Amino acid sequence: MHDRALINVEVNIVPFSTGERRKRSRGDKRILELGSTIKSTFEPVVQTSLYPRSEIDIFVHVLQQDGGLLQASINASTLALISAGIPLHDFVCAVTGGVHSTAPMLDLTTLEENDIPHVTVAVMPKTKKVTLVTMETRLHVDRFGDIFKLACEAGQVIHKEMKRAVSERTQKLVTAMEMGPRVVPSADVGDRDAMIDDLNDY
Amino acid sequence: MPRPPSPSIPEKEFLFNALKQSLRLDGRQALEMRTPTLTFGPDLGWVECSLGKTRVIAQVDGKMVKPPPERPLEGLITIHSEISPMASTEYEPGRPSDEEVTMTRMLDKVIRRSDAVDKESLCIQAGQRVWHLRLTIHCLADAGNLLDCACLAGIVAFKHFRRPEVEVVGDEVTIHHPSERAPVPLSMHHTPFCLTFAYFPDTSTPPVLDPTHLEQRLSAGLLSVALNAQRELCVVQKAGGVPLDPDEILRVVDVAVIKAKELDKIVEERLKEDFAGRNIEVQ
Repeated sequence: MHDRALINVEVNIVPFSTGERRKRSRGDKRILELGSTIKSTFEPVVQTSLYPRSEIDIFVHVLQQDGGLLQASINASTLALISAGIPLHDFVCAVTGGVHSTAPMLDLTTLEENDIPHVTVAVMPKTKKVTLVTMETRLHVDRFGDIFKLACEAGQVIHKEMKRAVSERTQKLVTAMEMGPRVVPSADVGDRDAMIDDLNDY
Repeated sequence: MPRPPSPSIPEKEFLFNALKQSLRLDGRQALEMRTPTLTFGPDLGWVECSLGKTRVIAQVDGKMVKPPPERPLEGLITIHSEISPMASTEYEPGRPSDEEVTMTRMLDKVIRRSDAVDKESLCIQAGQRVWHLRLTIHCLADAGNLLDCACLAGIVAFKHFRRPEVEVVGDEVTIHHPSERAPVPLSMHHTPFCLTFAYFPDTSTPPVLDPTHLEQRLSAGLLSVALNAQRELCVVQKAGGVPLDPDEILRVVDVAVIKAKELDKIVEERLKEDFAGRNIEVQ
């Protein structure tokens, strides 16, 4: 595309990530869908107009999963994009929420996901707007309203943690750069020759 | 690989300006859906659904198979849907585009994962014989909102389908031909309907329900809600696109609840009409 960057997401789920070893085929629709969901989530968030005629690749490798796969992939992709220095409009923080009878729950494990209706919500914390909502299980409309609002608030909490992690890393990088060998701004070639002549004299 | 020409700038500007004034190009209200037209074929389980110019054919057929060992008491349901270039020149055969993957997955979630059809009722002999229902979706024409049309066609096909009656005496299984004994309807837990709303880049523009092709191409985000008439949400899918307020999403869900009730009434009426005209009861 001539005026913006293309975002390409590839998801690779290793066979040993779940309790039972299961090799997934490349064309598995569920994995393709995960990839295209992450892509659609980040397309309005990444400032793609700054990189025309380029492609930004996001490779997601799932090493271990116990529920909340989409949620973890989105959070990891956000942090990876920030760590790569790609300009974003805002963080994207994702959380899963579920309702068991009437008790709401956040960040579900696999056992919980198999049992209770759950929804994954991704919010942009600065504007508190929602970029992603997916729900695949049956849930009554009223219950949905409650857990949806709760998940949006939980997104803000995740944002705090993400910001903390990003500032810690930036601090480490800055400290590392300051303590590295100082590079003297190189003088003119003429001066250098004069310096070497001086050294030879001694 | 021919790329379809993107909507031209005059088309884009005209659409956005019209939508800002709450006017849609085909004269509908912002939250008005095209009335679905359901046509039933000679076979039970064959239905053609059209939403305006968008047309989809769905067909259900069943055969008896041996169930997989991990689930010996449940029947099998498979959904086969491929968008061929017949629907629109945008689709290529063989290579599933993003939209096709979304549609296949949504169909799967709405019809299979939401447990619309009672799978345990499809069991004939535990561990040996179960019904394997195959739903095939053919997209004939895409004039926007192929997903809603396909979901509607699929679910109506399941409601329309009648399976032959099977009698199990001990170890002997007798399948009765439809002319001997009336075929039996499928036992369904609920009837989910899918509704898609399109959002546009300008946040002051209200969302539109059941977008046409042009509205879909120019939209900045789609929100699909699948629910049944009993106010239960089956699938909510908003993947990216323009960020929305949580309240806006809840408002849209409320609108969807009303529309689902209307759709349910229309579908029930059509099914009743069709069955009154058929002669499947054996005297």
